[in-house]
Amino acid sequence: MSTPSVESTTLTTELDGPGRRLYWAAADSWTIVRRGLTHYVRQPSNIAWQLGFPIVSVLLFGYVFGSAMSVPGGGDYREFLMPGMFGMTMAMGFMNTAYVVVYDTARGVTDRFRSMPMAPSAVVTGRGGSDLIGASLDLLVLGLTALVVGWRSDGGLLATLGGFALFLLLRFALIWVGVWLGMLVPNEEAAGSLFAVAFPFAMISSVFVAPALMPDWLGAIAMWNPVSSTVTAARELFGNPVALGDSWVEQNALLMAVVWPLVITAVFLPLAVRRFQRLSR
Amino acid sequence: MISTEPAIVAKGLRKHYKDKRALDGFDLVVPQGTVYGLLGPNGAGKTTAVRILATLVRLDGGQAEVAGFNVATQARQVRRRIGFTGQYAAVDEVLTGRQNLRMFGRLFHLGAKGAIRRADELLEQFGLVDAADKGIKEYSGGMRRRLDLAASMILAPQVLFLDEPTTGLDPRGRNEVWEAVRSLVAEGTTVLLTTQYLDEADQLAERIAVIDRGRVIADDTPAELKNHIGGDRVEVVAHEVADIPAVAKVVARVSSGEPEIDGESRRVHGAVTDRVGALTEVARTLQDAGVGVEDIGLRRPTLDEVFLTLTGHPAEEEPSTAEQTEKEEEKQ
Repeated sequence: MSTPSVESTTLTTELDGPGRRLYWAAADSWTIVRRGLTHYVRQPSNIAWQLGFPIVSVLLFGYVFGSAMSVPGGGDYREFLMPGMFGMTMAMGFMNTAYVVVYDTARGVTDRFRSMPMAPSAVVTGRGGSDLIGASLDLLVLGLTALVVGWRSDGGLLATLGGFALFLLLRFALIWVGVWLGMLVPNEEAAGSLFAVAFPFAMISSVFVAPALMPDWLGAIAMWNPVSSTVTAARELFGNPVALGDSWVEQNALLMAVVWPLVITAVFLPLAVRRFQRLSR
Repeated sequence: MISTEPAIVAKGLRKHYKDKRALDGFDLVVPQGTVYGLLGPNGAGKTTAVRILATLVRLDGGQAEVAGFNVATQARQVRRRIGFTGQYAAVDEVLTGRQNLRMFGRLFHLGAKGAIRRADELLEQFGLVDAADKGIKEYSGGMRRRLDLAASMILAPQVLFLDEPTTGLDPRGRNEVWEAVRSLVAEGTTVLLTTQYLDEADQLAERIAVIDRGRVIADDTPAELKNHIGGDRVEVVAHEVADIPAVAKVVARVSSGEPEIDGESRRVHGAVTDRVGALTEVARTLQDAGVGVEDIGLRRPTLDEVFLTLTGHPAEEEPSTAEQTEKEEEKQ
């Protein structure tokens, strides 16, 4: 069965220095990213599922409850709501990451990757890459929905792109949480119950209402929620109603929208790597 | 690459999970080009052994070389020379068969064109051309397993590890997989497979290593192993409990040892060498004596009987606990 193609490739990959390793780490990541993209192509309904919740929320909160909602300091509620929807979608995105990781681990796909001569890091970086592309698609569809319901950014092109970059930064940080949780839970059913974590994480924040309107203790949690910092910073960049409280964390939302994701990454990236290495124990 | 060096050498492998010893002085030498069966009950250490040899799990003690490279210190070299098929068909269920093989081909660094060509070759070889562009969800269990095998064969590995390759398959799927494995063997791949089924090891393996409590307790050809444990058995199910002594007497006349009696199921069985002769004689004698029987037949010894003979204790099933612990520990 020694076909020429196989033989020659085996020989070339044998001679690998650091440069070659880096090349293959990138090439292997790209292969895993392509796998994720092929999933979107073969299962477009996945995107619909992913977006179903925020879009229904737009209708529910924007139109059903919207008239009863008020933004402290004034402003249109739907203008206030839309950046919250972007943030909520990013915040809950770690569940998609976790789900794929659980699936691969439970079905032996992770083991197959680990038994192959590919770059081990590509399993995770490739996952991260395709999740970020998926998140960009989510933001694109949600952004168009937002335009339809009348949301506008008055912040100018640079600030608007900056706002969306902050959402992707949050999603990037949560990839590591997803990978870590994905290797922590035993099976796909258990991964479904991560919703119990994702739901309050996304909701107890400034996504729907200003923390100032909540009871003090809850408001404090909501205020310090990383999702709130990202959403508040994006509202500022988009020139949307902000409903700013006078606490330090709210006053420095832009700073915290960068700091939080870095902190999350600093904590969960090593945890995820350690978890991955523990697979071989 | 022609050499006489064994494909797999394992010396004194040890692996423990907390207080449980999964491997406890595991020794194995597999010559090139052979199919070796690792036979044992759940929790005996089969999976741990294969996962260590396939570089998936670190060992706590001992030494192992696969295709001439040390699994602990030269994992990358080992990985270029092995194929691994775990207990599940480890393929991406959303993708098609072709997309799966192309993805794995690229990850084996065949390059885009090489991966496409190799995928086509393997689809052909494993009889999956018609299903190539269907999603895996539409595949039968046997087809998934064949695709899984194909993915393990992308680099035409020197050594292929199969961990319970037919678990969960119906007889047809099992046959499909057996056929696929046989064709690989014909091309010279060394195969180490684990199984809980004696007949599977018998069908595929040239040699069988029986594992109990983390070590190899017997290592022989299937024929020798079966001779050792008494080969096939004639089994009679009596009509009435009262008939059991009469049946046992008849079975004792043809079997090489004392017949075994299971009163609850009214089953009497004994080891025989002249299979058809023994069966005919038992049937005729019982009929002449007017003893009613419910069933009569020949069967191969079960894993339990192999274990009983080799170890003096029955296969310790502790089915879920042992295997589960092994899995859970591996997860952590």
